[in-house]
Amino acid sequence: MNSRKKKDAAWYALFVLPVLAVFTIIVIIPFVIGIGYSFFSWDGLPVHEKKFVGLDNYVRLFSDTRFMVSAGHTLVFTLIAVVLINLLGLIFALVVTSKLKLRNILRTMLFMPYLIGGLILGYIWKFIFGEGLKTIGETIGRTDLFFNWLVDKDMALVALIIVATWQMAGYIMIIYITGIQGIPDDVLEAATVDGAGFWYTLIYIKLPLIMPSFTICLFMTLSNCFKIFDTNLSLTGGGPNNATEMFAMNIYNEIFKLNNYGYGQAKAILFLIVVAFFTLMQVSITKKREVEM
Amino acid sequence: MKLRNSIINVLLMVLGIVYLFPVYIIVVNAFKNRAELYENILALPKVMSFQYFAKAMDKMDFGRAFLNSLIVTLLSLLFIVVLDSMCAWMLARRDNRLSRFIFMTFVATMLIPFQTLMMPLLQVLGFFRDRMGITVTDTLGGLVFCYIGFGAGMSVFLFHGFVKSVPIAIEEAATIDGCSKLSVFFRIVFPMLKPVTMTVIILNVIWIWNDYLLPSLILYSKKNRTIPLSTANFFGQYTIQWNLAMAGLTLTIIPVIIFYLCAQKYIIKGVAAGAVK
Repeated sequence: MNSRKKKDAAWYALFVLPVLAVFTIIVIIPFVIGIGYSFFSWDGLPVHEKKFVGLDNYVRLFSDTRFMVSAGHTLVFTLIAVVLINLLGLIFALVVTSKLKLRNILRTMLFMPYLIGGLILGYIWKFIFGEGLKTIGETIGRTDLFFNWLVDKDMALVALIIVATWQMAGYIMIIYITGIQGIPDDVLEAATVDGAGFWYTLIYIKLPLIMPSFTICLFMTLSNCFKIFDTNLSLTGGGPNNATEMFAMNIYNEIFKLNNYGYGQAKAILFLIVVAFFTLMQVSITKKREVEM
Repeated sequence: MKLRNSIINVLLMVLGIVYLFPVYIIVVNAFKNRAELYENILALPKVMSFQYFAKAMDKMDFGRAFLNSLIVTLLSLLFIVVLDSMCAWMLARRDNRLSRFIFMTFVATMLIPFQTLMMPLLQVLGFFRDRMGITVTDTLGGLVFCYIGFGAGMSVFLFHGFVKSVPIAIEEAATIDGCSKLSVFFRIVFPMLKPVTMTVIILNVIWIWNDYLLPSLILYSKKNRTIPLSTANFFGQYTIQWNLAMAGLTLTIIPVIIFYLCAQKYIIKGVAAGAVK
């Protein structure tokens, strides 16, 4: 009996331990020591002393103007982008699930941007917003509207919103499609027989029945927009004058550009708390609104 | 009715084309010389000249970068699929307190943004390099090692959910017939996991192939650059020569588009299944 138990434990370890060990080294240990680092002041050089400062790093956060501005911009960006992405994604999904001939080609085209990673997308649009808009403006003589958006602090943020929307709308569309296709045909047929029009079916039947998709889509867009980094880096680099420096990039710059390892890590911990708070709160709110079939 | 439908179809086509217009702009301008590019950004090139592609390929060391990306992605996938499915299966079948605790840890860490882990992770890797003499920095193997760790949360979660829907009876029969756990898993369970394995592969390919930040922190020598790294480096040097930069971007998106067109069905299915779980 005892040897049997030992054997069982050995099998358990053989299956579970390999990935658990790597996971512990790559995720768990950095997470735990990361919390530790956030209480120290350190410039990142191993020879230099790490000075314990307690909660000072966290207190300092709230009087850091650059950080607060960055957090504010991230909120504005996330709010607008989440609404746009979901609106566009839902419209795309409704179009693509209609009985039109071109729906499959269209779905293929709309989803494509998502696969081209954020970094490359940012570079593509950098050319369009920079050189593209500028030359168009010069050609048609409307330089007031068509100019390099990326050098203007407000338009640069608009540009970032457009690129994020362009990237994610097709992805979100896929999730909404799954939701719409999950609605039983007889429900829709019954509605048609009862004389329900397009809008009535949409608002009173389709939308309530795809609430689970809303939960997922809002969660995905909220956390992806909040954590945006690659596109931010390649499109605007945080400029002009840090006007488009999002939360994630602010952390990156604090640690690796300004060499404030401890302080930057405190920001990173706060980042985790904020992301977790918003996404979990959203999930619990939208979950309540889901309808049972 | 017929007329209305064809009008809608035309409108949809226009929508699709407008949506992909940025890609068109990149590709046409990759063929133009400087003067032609500034003449009209939207026009088709007058002559098809591939010289900028050749130059971009050379400057980016594209072949090397492509090979690096391929090696890293394939190796990471291999380990993620095998190790994570093994782990998830055991955790689901031995449903005790320890298993549940380990599983919840995997799931909970999916919420942690990479920015929270990046600096301490570099310290851990530095410790390995300096104190234990294991070079995990600036090697492709080290990068793969990191991806196994970062990919674990989502992949174990997906496999775990699927294993619970697989009937246990076949496994029990095989065990009575004297199969060891390993052969039960690889001969009987693993083939049945195929649908979720596809999902795990697709989601991880999209993420690993395009990932920029992690490799940028770990790899520093030129010979180890993956595609996102070499693109970023190349783009930083050639923003003045837009036509050359466009040629470079076109090169980097070609593999993605080929992959997409070949595996479209699986990609869309995988992305949908991964999100809904």
